[in-house]
Amino acid sequence: MSRKVVITGLGTVTPLGTGFYPLWEALVAGKSALGPLTSLDPAGFPSRLGGEIKGFSARDFMPKAYRKSLKVMARDIEIAVGAAKLAVDDANLVTRAHAETGQTQTTYPSERVGCQIGAGLIAAEAGELAAAMATAVPAGVTDADRAFNGGFSLKAWGTQGDTPGSGGMNNLPPLWMLKYLPNMLACHVTIIHGNEGPSNTITCAEASGLLCIGEGSRVIERGAADATFAGGADSKLNVVGFLRWTQAGDLADTGAETDGSRIVRPYDPQSPGTLMSEGGGILILEEASSAAARGARVYAEIAGFGAAQSSPPVLPPYPNGRDRNDGLERAIAAALRDAGIGAEAIDAIVPQAKGAPAFDAGEAQALRRVFGARLSRLPLVTLAPAMGDLYAGYGAVQAGVAAMCLREQRVPARIHAGRCPGDLRAEAGESREATLNHVLVCASSMGGQNAALVLRKAS
Amino acid sequence: MARRVVITGMGWITPLGLSVQEGWRRLLAGDHGFGPVTRFDASTFATNFAAEVKGFRLEDHIPDSAKHEGAEVSTRFALAAASQAWKQSGLDRAPALDTSRVGMYLGAGEGSLDYQKLAYANLSAYDSASRKLSDAKWGAAAMSRSNPRAEVEQEPNATLGHLAMEFPVRGPAFNCMTACAASTQAVGEACEIIRHGDADVMLGGGTHSMIHPLGMTGFVRLTAMSTRRDDPVHASRPFSADRDGFVMGEGAGIVVLEALEHALARGATPLAEIAGYGSSADAFRITDIHSDGKGAVAAMSQACRQAGINPREPGEDGRPQVHYISAHGTGTQENDRIETIAVKTLFGPLAGKVPFSSVKSQLGHLIQAAGAVELITCVQAMRTGILPATMNLSTPDPECDLDYVPNAARDVNAQGGVDVCLSNSFGFGGQNNTICVRKWRG
Repeated sequence: MSRKVVITGLGTVTPLGTGFYPLWEALVAGKSALGPLTSLDPAGFPSRLGGEIKGFSARDFMPKAYRKSLKVMARDIEIAVGAAKLAVDDANLVTRAHAETGQTQTTYPSERVGCQIGAGLIAAEAGELAAAMATAVPAGVTDADRAFNGGFSLKAWGTQGDTPGSGGMNNLPPLWMLKYLPNMLACHVTIIHGNEGPSNTITCAEASGLLCIGEGSRVIERGAADATFAGGADSKLNVVGFLRWTQAGDLADTGAETDGSRIVRPYDPQSPGTLMSEGGGILILEEASSAAARGARVYAEIAGFGAAQSSPPVLPPYPNGRDRNDGLERAIAAALRDAGIGAEAIDAIVPQAKGAPAFDAGEAQALRRVFGARLSRLPLVTLAPAMGDLYAGYGAVQAGVAAMCLREQRVPARIHAGRCPGDLRAEAGESREATLNHVLVCASSMGGQNAALVLRKAS
Repeated sequence: MARRVVITGMGWITPLGLSVQEGWRRLLAGDHGFGPVTRFDASTFATNFAAEVKGFRLEDHIPDSAKHEGAEVSTRFALAAASQAWKQSGLDRAPALDTSRVGMYLGAGEGSLDYQKLAYANLSAYDSASRKLSDAKWGAAAMSRSNPRAEVEQEPNATLGHLAMEFPVRGPAFNCMTACAASTQAVGEACEIIRHGDADVMLGGGTHSMIHPLGMTGFVRLTAMSTRRDDPVHASRPFSADRDGFVMGEGAGIVVLEALEHALARGATPLAEIAGYGSSADAFRITDIHSDGKGAVAAMSQACRQAGINPREPGEDGRPQVHYISAHGTGTQENDRIETIAVKTLFGPLAGKVPFSSVKSQLGHLIQAAGAVELITCVQAMRTGILPATMNLSTPDPECDLDYVPNAARDVNAQGGVDVCLSNSFGFGGQNNTICVRKWRG
């Protein structure tokens, strides 16, 4: 007899607010957080709008004694740490983090709590690295050297021997690398909350969050844990992230536009692309009977999970476009099978719908193949016009929104400033009540990994 | 009843050779892969040596390698290792393979950052006088030097994309980056996917190269690597009292994992069975291992429990039921001392009777690829009855007093061979994974 898994806590840190409820209220009200960027100057790039998290400080989400660790936390890690604490509080769990308030009896034994947090590659802060590299430019470099690599000398970067210079790599703090390792999201969260069960860091770009929720769910099903923290976090609001995803072809050339919600238009072939954002979410998953025993509020049940790889081409650039995504179709089919339902039982979809036409076309094709003519009657809950692309942080936010739709029996408002194909219910619209028993959540990555979750209304 | 999972193919690209056969032969001979770094000028680095993969050309492993042009070195290693594993499994000749039931779970590392380009952008945009970086100048400089392919190939999941171009893998696909534990975790989770029934075949393993300037810089600053610049060949000294850190390696280890009934139905010969998998977190500190090794104990004991093994009870032949442990054994003071404590805690009075060696003494530390490469050494130990050594163990450490198979490979066929092994991998930050493999007896 398989163990059932339920979602009992939602923690998100997104451009639409810190905490899940501010996010939900903003989505219901149809607000967008996409606008001019202030955390970096994007003038060297064609995409100059995005979604920034405002007024968030990770200090507020960790025990006082842990605050010294902030200096080794990249922004991505801070987001995960914040989301985790928000989720714990939302689920009304007691973890090791509560010890400072005198609560030492944790809800679950440490070894029965896991952690699966998806991450992107974290870019080392360019300013910090540049300052160190600047000490490794020997006197008398030629113009040709400067034009090639800025005059950077590996000999002067190293610190042994008789090379003159000002310390080279020693200008980086000793723990420099740890600030940027993708597994540090999960590691800091497990240290703060005392999760000693299985801990993983999945790095499949935008599919990471849902893959983590799926794996976390399996970990509980197979009895390796009774609860787990699952989700993802990412911030690419830095020059290195901007460079990579501009080159990958996802980001819109924003021209003179200042309202980002007018740029990101899901499934519109004329959409100029998506916008870069930052954020993430952690969901608390619990084995259903344990959750019931402690009287936990249940947002939704995880009814099914599926994952699949797409056929090539899966790496940009796509000279011939990319109008199919067979992997997503297989992932959805697997999730439906796992849930023991057919496509006709799905009442709404939280797709990725990020507003990058090559990407959206593949998603739309997969949805059409799975849902056929019925697709035109299924509400699509599109988030990207409100908050942009959160990359590895996106999936958990999508899943959180889906869970809340089931709990509230409501779909949030939709923003859409363009035209979408007639069979896709992604046009602009107000929030409304809806009878929802099953909601599908899906995501795909550059690279071709796809994940789908079926959430079921709590019984 | 959970499905049983077996290994039906294995592939190795390592500093000791470009195949399992070659690597294993050199490993048993006590050979090593260490030398000065040749990829870039590391002459002034505190650690200027590593274990590099030598003589590797993708075209020797993949017929149409042109379609992988632009792939990072770690992706190339993975393609070659996967190709070896795929061929050995016989899946290249299997009729009517349901590709939606074939997945992959890798612990592939990121690409090797193009430091010249990064230096150009950084230094073009940095003003030493004000100590400020101009984002706008950085963007303009970097955009002028970059291209889409080079950028996306850096992403860790690009490796999966290339494997999908080469092999008919259309089922569940994951990549994890739990540092030094990644490929053990990848193999373990891949098995769980098969056990759950979500796939019949999974490519599992890892690939990584951090032998590039910023990769080496990160570990130099952490003082995690040996600085034995005057004797790099003997710098990797796990469990020896005079050990001073690990030596960086690179490479890939990939296995074909298969549901037992699927393998048998197509007439494949299992090489070994995955008997158990354990995964835990220290939840202690990002820089240190928990001093009593409890995370390591948890991972190993879960793996044993799943395999139905009581570590404190001898088998019918009087030997411990685990016949060999492939140590994480990095050669840092802390790891080797605490891993020893963990083995003693788990095996109690039997701990001294379980041979426990670190092939990192010969291969170096392949970071994310280490676990899967070492799992393959366990399978080879079971197939041959010979245990690889911990080399350079010259100075006994009173705190490391187990049987590390010091300085020479050991033939244990006369004692009954090798039936059950554990392979340990512990990541920076406290993610721990252990796999228990069992000999396939048909």
